[in-house]
Amino acid sequence: MPRRDDIQKILVLGSGPIVIGQAAEFDYSGAQACKVLLEEGYEVVLVNSNPATIMTDPEFATATYVEPLLPGPVKQVIERERPDALLPTLGGQTALNLAKALYEDGTLEEFGVELIGANYDAINRAEDREQFDATMQKAGLRTARNTIATTVEEAKGALEQFGLPLIIRPAFTLGGRGGGIARTPEQVDEIVQRGLDASPIGQVLIDESVLGWGEFELEVMRDHADNVVIVCSIENIDPMGVHTGDSVTVAPQQTLSDRVYQKLRDQAIAVIRAVGVETGGSNVQFAVNPATEEIVVIEMNPRVSRSSALASKATGFPIAKIAARLAVGYTLDEIPNDITKATPASFEPTLDYVVVKWPRFAFEKFPGVDTTLSTHMKSVGEVMAIGRTFGQAFGKALRSRELDTQPDLSGTDEELLTRLESPSADRFDVLLECQRRGISDEELRARTGIDLWYLRELRQVDAAFEGVRTYRAVDTCAAEFAAETPYFYSAWEREDRSEVVRGDKPSVMILGSGPNRIGQGIEFDYCCVHAAMTVRESGRDAVMVNCNPETVSTDYDTSDRLYFEPLTLEDVLAIVEIEQPEGVIVSFGGQTPLRLAAGLEQAGVKLLGTQPDAIDLAEDRGRFGALLERLELKAPPYALAQSPQEALGAAPGVGFPLLVRPSYVLGGRAMELVYDTDMLADYFARTRPQGEIFLDRFLENAIEVDVDAICDGEDVWIGGIMQHVEEAGIHSGDSACALPPHSLGAEMLNEIRSASKDLALALGVVGLINIQYAVYGDDLYVIEANPRASRTVPFVSKATGQPLAKIACRVMLGEKLAAMNLPEDPCGPHVSVKEAVLPFDRFAGADALLGPEMRSTGEVMGVATDFPAAFAKAQAAAGTQLPTRGTVFLTVTDSDKAAAMGIAAQLHDLGFRIVATRGTASAIKRMGIPVETINKIQDGSPHVRDWIDRGDVDLVINTPTGTAARSDGYEIRRAAVGRGVPCITTIAGGMAAARAIGAARFGEPPVISLQELHRNGVHA
Amino acid sequence: MSSFVLLEDGTRFDGEAVGAEGSVTGEVVFTTGMSGYQESMTDPSFARQLITFTTAHVGNYGVSEQAMESDRIHAAGAIMRAAVDYDDAPGAEQGWLSWLKANGIPGIAGVDTRALVRHIREAGSMRGGIFSADVPVSEARERIAAEPSMVGRDLAREVTIAAPTVFAGEGDGPRIVALDTGIKRSIIRNFTSRGATLEIYPCTTPAEELLAADPDGFFLVPGPGDPAALDYIVENIRTLLTTKPVFGICLGHQLLSRAAGLETFKLPFGHRGANHPVKDLRTGRIAITSQNHGFAVAGKPGEVIESELGAAQLTHVNLYDNTIEGIRLLDVPAGCVQYHPEAGPGPNDSLGLFDEFIALFEKAGNAS
Repeated sequence: MPRRDDIQKILVLGSGPIVIGQAAEFDYSGAQACKVLLEEGYEVVLVNSNPATIMTDPEFATATYVEPLLPGPVKQVIERERPDALLPTLGGQTALNLAKALYEDGTLEEFGVELIGANYDAINRAEDREQFDATMQKAGLRTARNTIATTVEEAKGALEQFGLPLIIRPAFTLGGRGGGIARTPEQVDEIVQRGLDASPIGQVLIDESVLGWGEFELEVMRDHADNVVIVCSIENIDPMGVHTGDSVTVAPQQTLSDRVYQKLRDQAIAVIRAVGVETGGSNVQFAVNPATEEIVVIEMNPRVSRSSALASKATGFPIAKIAARLAVGYTLDEIPNDITKATPASFEPTLDYVVVKWPRFAFEKFPGVDTTLSTHMKSVGEVMAIGRTFGQAFGKALRSRELDTQPDLSGTDEELLTRLESPSADRFDVLLECQRRGISDEELRARTGIDLWYLRELRQVDAAFEGVRTYRAVDTCAAEFAAETPYFYSAWEREDRSEVVRGDKPSVMILGSGPNRIGQGIEFDYCCVHAAMTVRESGRDAVMVNCNPETVSTDYDTSDRLYFEPLTLEDVLAIVEIEQPEGVIVSFGGQTPLRLAAGLEQAGVKLLGTQPDAIDLAEDRGRFGALLERLELKAPPYALAQSPQEALGAAPGVGFPLLVRPSYVLGGRAMELVYDTDMLADYFARTRPQGEIFLDRFLENAIEVDVDAICDGEDVWIGGIMQHVEEAGIHSGDSACALPPHSLGAEMLNEIRSASKDLALALGVVGLINIQYAVYGDDLYVIEANPRASRTVPFVSKATGQPLAKIACRVMLGEKLAAMNLPEDPCGPHVSVKEAVLPFDRFAGADALLGPEMRSTGEVMGVATDFPAAFAKAQAAAGTQLPTRGTVFLTVTDSDKAAAMGIAAQLHDLGFRIVATRGTASAIKRMGIPVETINKIQDGSPHVRDWIDRGDVDLVINTPTGTAARSDGYEIRRAAVGRGVPCITTIAGGMAAARAIGAARFGEPPVISLQELHRNGVHA
Repeated sequence: MSSFVLLEDGTRFDGEAVGAEGSVTGEVVFTTGMSGYQESMTDPSFARQLITFTTAHVGNYGVSEQAMESDRIHAAGAIMRAAVDYDDAPGAEQGWLSWLKANGIPGIAGVDTRALVRHIREAGSMRGGIFSADVPVSEARERIAAEPSMVGRDLAREVTIAAPTVFAGEGDGPRIVALDTGIKRSIIRNFTSRGATLEIYPCTTPAEELLAADPDGFFLVPGPGDPAALDYIVENIRTLLTTKPVFGICLGHQLLSRAAGLETFKLPFGHRGANHPVKDLRTGRIAITSQNHGFAVAGKPGEVIESELGAAQLTHVNLYDNTIEGIRLLDVPAGCVQYHPEAGPGPNDSLGLFDEFIALFEKAGNAS
């Protein structure tokens, strides 16, 4: 049956900010879906609060709403746009939960919106544990024995029935947030309580343990004619017990016999039919007991997922794209296979290579958290590698990880083996070390539960790279048919029989940003995708190199040729050799490609845009200092020391407070704010930095400003000036910011513009530059300049309607700004606020405190006609639902007391009950504002943590300075995060929140699409 | 020890010798299934063929009696990218390479199988051999040249059962007589587990003898070689059809089609794998199928033709290349499919076809 013509307009929901468990893969799937639906002639209405996504580029939808993914704003969108249908299966758990809420509150019925892809009942059958188990039982399938608990008491029954260990998962959360494995009765209580709190419906599922069984996933697709295909099988090398998102996984599965695999296949098909997903993709997870061949269905996602993105990249079968076509009425046989062009999508890809996915962790950012891997996902990104054999793929995955720190492999054999018993981020490094030490595979199997085949193949990793490098195509069909779509990986064979057909067009190579990690996320992939688009528009072939399966950049549609390869100098030079590109772009993918710049230059490769020397000029403190002096620009005093000893001596000269960090770091790694020599000494004792150490005078309470600009060597164009909400000292990636600046005068803005132009020209930038300033009193200080794409480029592009990365890429390809007719001040009459999204709720024990080290995983944007409303939207989108009434608890450091009084006064006027600890309370009292004093923790119960734990506090404002306040505040912040109470840790943030709460009393701010915004903007 | 694959057009791929020592020639074909290596090697349809496995790793879960599709290895050799010999995998009774060796079957690993497959895809399946490194190329060429072409080759006689054998059904289902051109255990199991009793006869058995058995129907099974070389079976089928229903799979499908007057032809590189989409044009339903054939029936999918056995509909089509995958005779109770509903290896999507076969045999049995 061809496409449905009874619907014209389709609402697509994105997945919002990047968080652990829900990352860039939903931009990949959503962008594919939007593209397909537009191609099919439908009007597409998109809602996604994440500005750093390709899908929210205005050309991907008819109307794009960068609005909070909450029932209120989405209802407004539905009311304005009147879509005929809602496609909820492409925006992860967020979109599915939101669609469910809109169904339940009657919105969909009220406006006659049909759910397509998965209907309400199917969503419930898959997501509600009780319904799922009943559905599986009816289909004759086995699930692990389990029960549901809504209280800790009920959980005790399960303990008696199933014994230990128990697997505990909260209902309706993504990535198993709040769940875990309980090995003792005490842990049962603890994890059940955490799970109940995390579940939006206050329900946890308690499973009988299948720990140690093999874990397998099948990606299934179904059309409305009930044709079903399996796109890919994925085997977790880590047995059951480690979340699949944290497991090293392999496609296709390697250890099951055909007979057992076909049983899984049959069951996966039975599951999608029983749940009733009408069209589209689903992911079904199984546990298989290798000895008895028992099979247990663990769960199914009635939507595209992280695994389906991986399966798409692993096989060349674009699940989201096909799911979108199926949702509007096509059947699988009516859709062509993109890669072969000659065969239909109603087939099952077959692989003649092996794919390994490796998770990327960021535990070093969260000292004190439990780093043991369990059913609760903790990784922040992933890499994928393709090889002709498992050994090749695994070796390439090892190279792709870009670890910041090498794993500690010291200790006795027994110590290493003991470490292997509780899975950790470095378990495979430890395992390989054990093999090097001659420990037997049988012993390793006993400790890890990993199948012997994998253990034996792991010994072959080095040998796998014998022979010559040759490039092979990913073609969905093991070479049975000719591939039209050029998607390549390198393989090692006896002879070089490369399949790359280069063509005659000049090409430009774009180096991607590798695995997502904190400090280097989707924003850089966004820039790389824009570079590819621009290169193609210029008539050249865009050649993409990247190893991140989540991204749009590794969609074979994005470039003319895609090389799914590790981003090391050796791997990149090998591609240069075969591609002979006109130039290579290294400045869009963050630090990953930038690190290769010098090596590429030495190898004689032409780099487009800003040259490595300019990067060095900006990064070398001495050279940069001299440049600032010549330009008569101020910078905070700093010192460069070769050792901790030297740094301690230089510190008084710089002046306290100061920021200390080792050189060349990403996202403020290991950067700290210290107030005196003792704190500095403590920092060195804890971190033991190697190499050079930077000391920078910290300008307390200064306003931080970010500028993104483009320079062509002659002219400079300012794309956006952003004022941070939090004061200087909070990492810019974790700080909220506003565009245009909400409290800077015209004179200061002019000074910023002029300084930015001087700096860009003096550095010799060709392309993008990001400059960070601090406004301290009436003076402007340059904090740093980065002559490359910054994290804020997508935000500025969405806020202004000007595609900065594309403009920069045109400049790098030789165009001049003067010829582009760019608007002078492109920010329009509205205010855009970017807010960071932090993962504290996923790491039990992490301190929810902002600081100079970046810890956010993603970002959202709020747009409105004024700052408070835009800030409120951004907060709501970030998951911080600011209360409009209730109790606010304040405890602030002495220097913040004056400002805290203002916030208290404002919140009091808004009807809040104010409670505070002694010192803060007495300051507030002096203003004549009613305030209740409550105990600090050390004063004894009932103290502030009891209040928070009881749910008696709706908002926490806690500013810490100095070590004492830090340790005191830590408990408060942990309690707040644990209960999901908004916790603001800066005065500026508190003031903005108070204003936002005030604005919210006038009702929800109206929604507006980007297309309207930029059509009506002053710059049009 | 190193060895090499040589094709009749002179193309050479090097690797390491595994399995049994020695050299072997045959038709070089490839299968794209990602699992089921043992089932493939023991499938009689692979007789006189060297199987190139496109999947990267072979042997991972060892071999076991349960995965045997016949009583021995029929394929002549195995060509692989990577192979292992573990007998301690869960469910394994022997290591894969030890098993090849014990059965005298040479293998070669470390071959750039993808390059080999691309070559065959372009140039078509051809004869070739696996040779020890010490065999001079000239000698290898001669041995390949001595290997008969698959076209016109009757291999059914080589693989057929020596004497009639009965497989009793687990119930009182129909009695079916199968003409053994290379039956697989999966087919036997699928009939007997549904209650049908299968009586298997050598493929050379004359029609009179088959009719004398007086079954509820006849079943034509898969097998190796060129269907055009089996006119003695085709003649028998014409005789059988006048009395009893006849259904068939794979080679059986080709033979029934020839009995109806349709032609068969050699595919450029065959269909071998577990992922081929086949559409039943009567219902629109698509099944993912297990495939293993080098020849196909000529015709236009969906067409109803006037055949030598009355009206016939070309019911099934392979969505990869639009070749015929199934036929139903409309005037007599007969039909067949090109693919393998019995799986072993491959997807179980079409197991229901055995229920249909049995129902049709039962219906015919009740009617008579």
